[in-house]
Amino acid sequence: MNDAFDIRNMESHIEVHKFRGGAIVGATLLALMFQAFVPVYFAKAAMIDLPLLITIYFGLSRRNPSTGLLLGMIIGLLQDSLSGPTVPLGLYGIAKTVIGYVASSIGARLDTEHPAARFALTIIFFGLHQGIVLLTRRILLAQSSVWFTVHLAAAAVVNAIVAVFLFALLDHLRKS
Amino acid sequence: MAGIPSRHKSIFLLTGVVLLQVLLLALQIKRDSEGRLIRVWTVGAFSPFERAGNHGIGRLRETWRHYFALQNTSRENEELRHENDELKMQVNQLQSKAVEADRLALLLNFHKSRENVPMLGARVIATSAGTASATIVLDRGSKDHIKKNMGVITPEGVVGKVVEVFDNTSEVLLLTDKDSGVGAMLGNSRVQSPVGGAGEPLLVMKYVANDDVVNVGERVVTSGMDKIFPRDLPIGTITDIKPGNPFKSIRIRPSANLERLEEVIVLLTLQPLQLNQETETAKPSASAAGKPVGETAKSPVSGGTAAKPAPAPASSAPVPAPANAAAAVKPE
Repeated sequence: MNDAFDIRNMESHIEVHKFRGGAIVGATLLALMFQAFVPVYFAKAAMIDLPLLITIYFGLSRRNPSTGLLLGMIIGLLQDSLSGPTVPLGLYGIAKTVIGYVASSIGARLDTEHPAARFALTIIFFGLHQGIVLLTRRILLAQSSVWFTVHLAAAAVVNAIVAVFLFALLDHLRKS
Repeated sequence: MAGIPSRHKSIFLLTGVVLLQVLLLALQIKRDSEGRLIRVWTVGAFSPFERAGNHGIGRLRETWRHYFALQNTSRENEELRHENDELKMQVNQLQSKAVEADRLALLLNFHKSRENVPMLGARVIATSAGTASATIVLDRGSKDHIKKNMGVITPEGVVGKVVEVFDNTSEVLLLTDKDSGVGAMLGNSRVQSPVGGAGEPLLVMKYVANDDVVNVGERVVTSGMDKIFPRDLPIGTITDIKPGNPFKSIRIRPSANLERLEEVIVLLTLQPLQLNQETETAKPSASAAGKPVGETAKSPVSGGTAAKPAPAPASSAPVPAPANAAAAVKPE
């Protein structure tokens, strides 16, 4: 089998990318590590949701909804575990499961290699992620949260900018 | 999944996985201890890397600073530049050590001025992995006699309380977290009301009646009614007051810099504490300066009392109620 192959007959121009051994696991663990201890030194870094960006990237690249949602679930549950006891297991898990699924589904239909497309998609996914977390908080946990703040909007843009560079970096982990 | 068209398999899988996690959420809400095992595993697996990362970042920052110190010199005076670089490096190192020594001296003096209160110094090695909560991870755990619900402070003010304890690490819920709360009172009028987090840098004081006189800039201190923090520890300063119905809306800037915590003090007791009023200030005093430190940087303020933790709490923190706001902190 080729390392990069066509996905379906009807969408023969869309490629499914394969990655070097351990690339997904390594990138996931690094993202979680970054998220946990870099804000100790740079408080503003907490604005960047690297686990979300990793979920989006591998979802868009692998283009398989099943593996996308399972990867999202694992990343989300690990993030829940590292977010302290006030965050119940499943809060980020549910959100990232859905993001992994949607990203994989979109990745199978659209060309998501262009930086502008990646920028726009990351903003959309960030908003969707926040929306799911908010809905989970409000409906399942009965906690109040605001829908929109300037801080959230800024975080969406910052994450999208980081995503453009991060995704380009992660492209090097693909098997050529 | 025989019989299900392959293109629908992923939708079924998505539905199943989300439902499983909803069930997991429901189980946690029902039983507080549910899911603890996976937290223990995950935190246990990540904390060695976080410790290593913490150490590595520190070394990297030091090297980075020295590199820039070398870049700031002129090519025209090689000897002077060389000498200047060395001096700069020495100054940087000494400054870095002096700042750390000042910080540790502050912690030590703080401890010495409250020798009746058992305390333990701890370093912050990680923060919450998401923005949904405001927590930090300390490099001390149950092996160091830290227990759940112990108070965490700095010489500047209250930080939060311990909410989870593992063997070598513990998690602290910061005051700025939405679920956080502390028994507080106004510095001048002594009006009591709980102070809690709002998920943002400023804190909120909720149950102060419109009739009470409150001024911007007024200090807010602990009331001691939550049985976690001793009375009169600084919490913050009032920055904004708005009239409300039936209570004022008061916002407070925390005294401790909760966004850049590096070392903290854990109050190693679950019994109500009393501080010596005359030794309240955290500035180093002459008597403290003359005494030997005798502690490593890892545990700047741990004293003999640290090895003897207090017995179980006399009572848990009460639930807040506007009618009896004086004794209230938020429930877990």
